[in-house]
Amino acid sequence: MTVRIQTADFDLGAEIAALRAGRRDVGAVASFVGLVRDVNDGAQVGGMTLEHYPGMTERSIAAIVEEAVSRWNIVDALVIHRVGRLEPTDQIVLVAVCGEHRGEAFSACEFIMDYLKTRAPFWKKEETAVATRWVEARASDEQAADRWKREAGS
Amino acid sequence: MSAGKLQLLYFAGLREKLGRGNEEVELPAGVADVAGLRGWLIARDGVWREALAGRSGLRVAVNQDMADESTPVKAGDQVAFFPPVTGG
Repeated sequence: MTVRIQTADFDLGAEIAALRAGRRDVGAVASFVGLVRDVNDGAQVGGMTLEHYPGMTERSIAAIVEEAVSRWNIVDALVIHRVGRLEPTDQIVLVAVCGEHRGEAFSACEFIMDYLKTRAPFWKKEETAVATRWVEARASDEQAADRWKREAGS
Repeated sequence: MSAGKLQLLYFAGLREKLGRGNEEVELPAGVADVAGLRGWLIARDGVWREALAGRSGLRVAVNQDMADESTPVKAGDQVAFFPPVTGG
């Protein structure tokens, strides 16, 4: 399990190749890449700066990945999250999960991403034509994370 | 950081509002949990009251774990205040 916080970009193909190198038991790799869009809440976005809480960021994502490992039979997982200034079309985040079968890899990947959105201490500040503004948390992200609680209890 | 002190951290919009990202303080007399610490900071008045009082959206972490109002706070702890997170 690997968690990396970095300013540099990442190469999806190279990261997945490294993640599954030599693993003959891996039958599925599910991945998610989050990107910077040029529009948010009705305004054009020229760029954004991502701030985080060093130490707690790594710790909280590691805990999320550990929870995924306890809930699904997965072989390995990788999370990369970029910080600093990013522009539209830039990659922000990568979650990749290796498993024996696709179902568990898909579920674990989505779970890690949903929990990361609501639990890992990152904050986005957007630049629009008129001002810079801190992005507001979305209720839909909380609902996406809550869904996993209900499914766990069912 | 010195062992007897509290390390306080502020992030994102809260950091900008308060005009600082961190400080070290002696554990205030009578403060034993997050609610007590928040009350002590609010008593600084002005921007502190504005930023920290009655904000249901405010998040708190003690020693890098998410906390709530009843989480204990003691000398040597690192306590962070921040808005809801928006990564990913």
